[in-house]
Amino acid sequence: MMDWLFASSAERRLLGGRGLRGATPWLIGIMSFTMVVVAAAGLALANTASLVAAGTASRYSVQVPDGAGIDRVAAAVRATPGASSVESVPAADMRKTLERWLGPAGTSADLPVPGLVTFDAPPSADLAALRVRVAAASSGAQLVAHRDSLGPVLRSLRLLQWLSLALVLLLGAAAAAAVVLASRGALDTHRFTIEVMHGVGATDVQVTRLFQRRIALDALTGSIGGAILAAGVLLAIAAGASFAGEITGGATLTVADLIMLGLLPFGLTAVATWVARATVLATLRQAV
Amino acid sequence: MRGPWQGGEPKAGSCFGHANEREDVGLASVAEFDSVGLRYGTGAEVLSDLDFRLTQGGFYFLTGASGAGKTSLLKLLYLAQRPTRGRVRLFGEEMSEATRDALPHFRRRIGVVFQDFRLIRHLSAFDNVALPLRIRGASEAEVDGPVREMLAWVGLADRASARPATLSGGEQQRVAIARAVINRPDLLVADEPTGNVDAELANRLMHLFTALNRLGTTVIIATHDIGLISATPGAQLVRLENGTMVDPTGLLRNPPRPGGSAQ
Repeated sequence: MMDWLFASSAERRLLGGRGLRGATPWLIGIMSFTMVVVAAAGLALANTASLVAAGTASRYSVQVPDGAGIDRVAAAVRATPGASSVESVPAADMRKTLERWLGPAGTSADLPVPGLVTFDAPPSADLAALRVRVAAASSGAQLVAHRDSLGPVLRSLRLLQWLSLALVLLLGAAAAAAVVLASRGALDTHRFTIEVMHGVGATDVQVTRLFQRRIALDALTGSIGGAILAAGVLLAIAAGASFAGEITGGATLTVADLIMLGLLPFGLTAVATWVARATVLATLRQAV
Repeated sequence: MRGPWQGGEPKAGSCFGHANEREDVGLASVAEFDSVGLRYGTGAEVLSDLDFRLTQGGFYFLTGASGAGKTSLLKLLYLAQRPTRGRVRLFGEEMSEATRDALPHFRRRIGVVFQDFRLIRHLSAFDNVALPLRIRGASEAEVDGPVREMLAWVGLADRASARPATLSGGEQQRVAIARAVINRPDLLVADEPTGNVDAELANRLMHLFTALNRLGTTVIIATHDIGLISATPGAQLVRLENGTMVDPTGLLRNPPRPGGSAQ
């Protein structure tokens, strides 16, 4: 099935030339590099979104303005059937968190910091009743579902994830277009050889195999080169991503993601080869 | 310069001895043209109302003034063009409406010698001659012997690895001829094969063509060279004038039956 990839030396001599031929491997390499980086970003975003969604699905907090009556609020929450991991966040921790985002201003006493009680609750929990009890414990206290407050962030993450997928597809289409141009250019360059081959009885498939093989090798060289470079860049980013990890909860690429990224250059090569074959066959069939 | 190819037939068991993949036994006509016309694009017809048959084993010269349509007629014969009207039959099969995929099979039975040689410049003489065999699927072991023998036959045994650019015009022509006949074609089509060579070499080439013809190959040669024609007894003359065939004897429309050919 793949025997076309293994040409004899005589077949290789038919098209002449050696080494990296023209711009095709470089173009494919650039496409492959960009595709792997964008795909990795998309997968990391997807993982981040999943982590955030899982972490916030059953997580709630009660915000108590100025922290007045926070103990009563915490007691009301603990009394709610199904509520667990109830925790009253110390004001010092709140300011420490704010300091990460706001700098030294986050620790300023002038900055009002609300009291915060966090807890987990299953979907069966009676949140309406809790809301009433919390309001009774501290006027102005507000029950917030984390999934609601982080909803816009999650939607943005999902959107970026789809955007990266669209970019990967667009890059694939651009690579295919480059292969179409490269194939037509190669046919033009070797028009004489093709005419002679046809003249002595070569079939379109025989001619196509020569070009298909060459473009497959060009695409493989370029896409693997681009992917290796992308892997280096991603490793460098990952090494310095502790800050990002803290923000996103440490989302990383899974083994399945890495396998998918590793297969991307081969997928690109397969697409380039198929496009080259279809282009060459279609162009040849326009002749006599 | 006198090689073993000169005026002689290849020895038994050579590449000319291939009897494989041949289906020509018993064919009366190699080519039949029936009311054939050809035009390029929207221009005027360059060939009109061609009606003739080339019998198996015949030897034909195609003559006519420049622009008479000789090369166009040869293109129809070696399947580089399709007629715009009429019917062309080769080896008993209708070619006018044959699918593109069917043509290579027939092209492998036709050897073509071009006036400009049409050698692939980045291939050696060996690889150029080997091309038809490799296209047909022969292994390298099957290619080496016949190609070396063929190159020896055309006097170029010691130039096997030479690129066309390093060969003289006559040597290139002989490589082109070797490539055309390596498959032992049923039909050999040559367009001004002696146009670029001196008289002595032209004579040698004609020896080669007649040798092939004796082995059963139908030969048609386009030429202006009257000397060449007169030196080939038994050959039939096909004359084109302004794209139409001049056939005063009617022999081309109704050739003699097999066994009573022009030879």
